[in-house]
Amino acid sequence: MGEKARQRSGDPVMYFDSLHALLTMEGHGVYVWTAYLLTIVVIAAALLGPLRRRKRFLLQLAAELKRAQRAHDVSAGTEP
Amino acid sequence: MWSFFHKLGSPPWLYAISGVILRWLLPLTLLALAVGMAWGVLFTSPDFRQGNSYRIIYIHVPAAVVALAGYYLMAIAGAINLIWRMKMADVAMKAAAPVGAAFTFIALFTGAVWGKPTWGTWWVWDARITSMLILLFLYLGVVALYEAFDNKEAAGKACAVLSLVGMVNIPIIYKSVDWWYSLHQPASIKFTGDSTIDSSMLYPLQLMIAAFYALFTCCLLLNMRAELLQREARSQWVRKLASAVETP
Repeated sequence: MGEKARQRSGDPVMYFDSLHALLTMEGHGVYVWTAYLLTIVVIAAALLGPLRRRKRFLLQLAAELKRAQRAHDVSAGTEP
Repeated sequence: MWSFFHKLGSPPWLYAISGVILRWLLPLTLLALAVGMAWGVLFTSPDFRQGNSYRIIYIHVPAAVVALAGYYLMAIAGAINLIWRMKMADVAMKAAAPVGAAFTFIALFTGAVWGKPTWGTWWVWDARITSMLILLFLYLGVVALYEAFDNKEAAGKACAVLSLVGMVNIPIIYKSVDWWYSLHQPASIKFTGDSTIDSSMLYPLQLMIAAFYALFTCCLLLNMRAELLQREARSQWVRKLASAVETP
């Protein structure tokens, strides 16, 4: 963020002047970015895990129900 | 009032209401997390003593705070299951364990990565860090113990007892930085008295703590919903849900 932004007092001003400064963070970049990256990965896993578990279960049960229905139709002689 | 508790014990009602809550809470949580992370990483000034490494505080402290709060929730749900045999409390306890483990892991990992540039070491066996590691093992212990039983009712009871006994660890974690000499700094935010942290750092930290609480709630509800379906697989409402699903 450039000079203009800094002049307007009260506006949020980004601390780092360049992408390079943001990435390296005066030598601490590797630590900060590692911590944030891992946190995001763990959060994504914690959210997607149960979502996928629920979806997989519903699909499995739906297939089972369909199979049972077909077997029932065959034994009743009503299969088209 | 009582009708609310009756509903709370009803799986289809819990499944439906958690779906409604998640539809609002999940997007809000992700937004708050994104804003809080960007605020902490991009817009705050570095700490005058620690430099930029302190930016890890915005995930480390919220994860640790919520990991502890999650343990209370898990232990209380376990107690409710033991005393009143409430099945939904058992579902909540089982759902809380892996989420708590994930949050504790985040706190420990970010602490190690923060410790390297600040203390010069990834890990020390001091009171705060060791008691947090025990918290992780307690959470993982509940997850493992649940899987070890074929009888789910017995599993719920055993896990409830384990999590209640593990409560001993909680005051130790809180007080560890005061009771023992430690590398870990004492708390900067206090409910009573002045916080020893500048407000420009405090606000994003508070936002992140709120966001992590919301995130824990989302993860807990998602786990509970998956668990509810599996437990109620034979009931009419789950079959109805499944029959509405398109199979390939």
